[in-house]
Amino acid sequence: MSARANASRRAALLGAYTLAVFAFLYLPIAVLVLYSFNKDGVGGFPPKHFTLDWYRQLFGDASIWDSFLNSLLVAVAAVVLALTLGLLAALALDRADFPGKSIFRRLVLLPLILPGIITGLSLLMFAVFAGLQLSLVTVFLGHGTALISVATTELFAGLQKLDRAQEEASLDLGATPWQTFWRITLPNLRLSLIAAGLLIFTLSMDEIAVTFFLIGRDNTLPLEIWARLRRGITPEINSISTLIFLVSVILILIWYRIRTRSIGKEAQELLERP
Amino acid sequence: MYSRAYKTIVSLAPLLWVGIFLLLPYALMFAHSFWTVRDGFIVRDWTLQNYAKLFQNPIYAQVLFRSMRIAAGVTLLSLLLGYPVAYYMSFHAGIRKDLLYQLVIVPLWVSYLVRGYAWKTILGSEGVLNGFLQYLHITHAPVSFFLYSPFAVVLMLTHIYTPFVFLPLYASLEHIPRNLIEASHDLGATPRATFFRVVLPLSLPGLLAGATFAFVLTLGDFLAPQLVGGPSSIMIANIVQSLFGTAYDWPLGAAISVLILALTVSLLILAGRLEKRWSFR
Repeated sequence: MSARANASRRAALLGAYTLAVFAFLYLPIAVLVLYSFNKDGVGGFPPKHFTLDWYRQLFGDASIWDSFLNSLLVAVAAVVLALTLGLLAALALDRADFPGKSIFRRLVLLPLILPGIITGLSLLMFAVFAGLQLSLVTVFLGHGTALISVATTELFAGLQKLDRAQEEASLDLGATPWQTFWRITLPNLRLSLIAAGLLIFTLSMDEIAVTFFLIGRDNTLPLEIWARLRRGITPEINSISTLIFLVSVILILIWYRIRTRSIGKEAQELLERP
Repeated sequence: MYSRAYKTIVSLAPLLWVGIFLLLPYALMFAHSFWTVRDGFIVRDWTLQNYAKLFQNPIYAQVLFRSMRIAAGVTLLSLLLGYPVAYYMSFHAGIRKDLLYQLVIVPLWVSYLVRGYAWKTILGSEGVLNGFLQYLHITHAPVSFFLYSPFAVVLMLTHIYTPFVFLPLYASLEHIPRNLIEASHDLGATPRATFFRVVLPLSLPGLLAGATFAFVLTLGDFLAPQLVGGPSSIMIANIVQSLFGTAYDWPLGAAISVLILALTVSLLILAGRLEKRWSFR
């Protein structure tokens, strides 16, 4: 066989393998979605009798809604906190020199690579030490702090892409650093900020490992689902999971689009390690 | 060009926040690991007895090794799944590259719980897989060992961490100058030789980054064993979790956490060193 035929056969094989891996990644989710419409509940094959009952039940479920609202509250607050501190941290890493800078960089990024249990437990000990009652506030502190890592990487990448000349011109023309920040730096970072905010929002809405140790009486949505799973599988969980999946996919895709527009494709090494 | 005041302001707030809400908590965890529990209260007497317990009672080492085996399995499988996909996308996908990339990014960030739960519904004894097998008359009674086994944990976490492994691998493959590969071909190397002597060595930094990710995050996982693993696949983080819950021995739990943390950080440092040595940039 010629070398070219060999090469194209190899490519075809690799393509088939890739397809199989994508099937592995997506089949479980497809099954989950499919069975959320199955009248006979979860399990059994093939799924028979299409129904929307599980969704109807879900929308009538007050504790799911309460937990959803709790998650929303935590996520929005976490986005604000993580973006504010992440922006400052990115500016500091980009422009300032201070003792311990490289340690600071590693420390900020640590929650991204450490197992959630470590971050969650250390914050639990901190809460007890500081006399904080476990509640949505501690969950917010945990999410906000852990997600500074994501905000910092995203905004740092955005800053690196920024055109410095505009800021220089602004400062040269007599604007104060404060004015330059509000009128030049921030507007230019707009897309990066939106992208980072979307990602942080999604991650906070889905977070479970850190939340697990910081939760008080009010559950977040993932923790409410977790608690129900311990009582056994119900098709209602399939329908809420389907909705979570859909919303997450939409948010992630918007994030990705904005991100490629603001940072560009070559900076896709998102999970740059500490 | 930025004034001293500007630099101080932007550095101070994040430094303070990270100091109080990240560094101090980690330090507290470290401190707890040297304290003890007496009559249901944490006593701040400095002692090494928690660490001594970890070495005396074989159960801890046993569970730690099981966790490491599971983590190694997940890492290996994720690499086996992720590497060819990254290779295909980098070298053969052409205009579909971006679409495929997004198809990997989506499961990377989409809810851990949703994906874990999906496996629970599939693998259960009344689950979809068993229903499917009986439907095809391959089995006649539900197979119970799919769920609640270390196998299920490995499967679920491989599903979760394959995209994590893929990402740095793909990035490192994309960074390989294509003329190096052409040069290798032109000089008469077979495709196999080109792969093993050019592509693979140059992708090692990405491979290492992905492998560390998968290993470290699996090692500290406590949700998968509860969701799909059952008692036979209790992992080290589950022990920590119970020590912080019903067993109420925070100091001992903190000592195990410090152990996990130390393992993680030394792996990260090791990987960082190797990466630097192997990277060609």
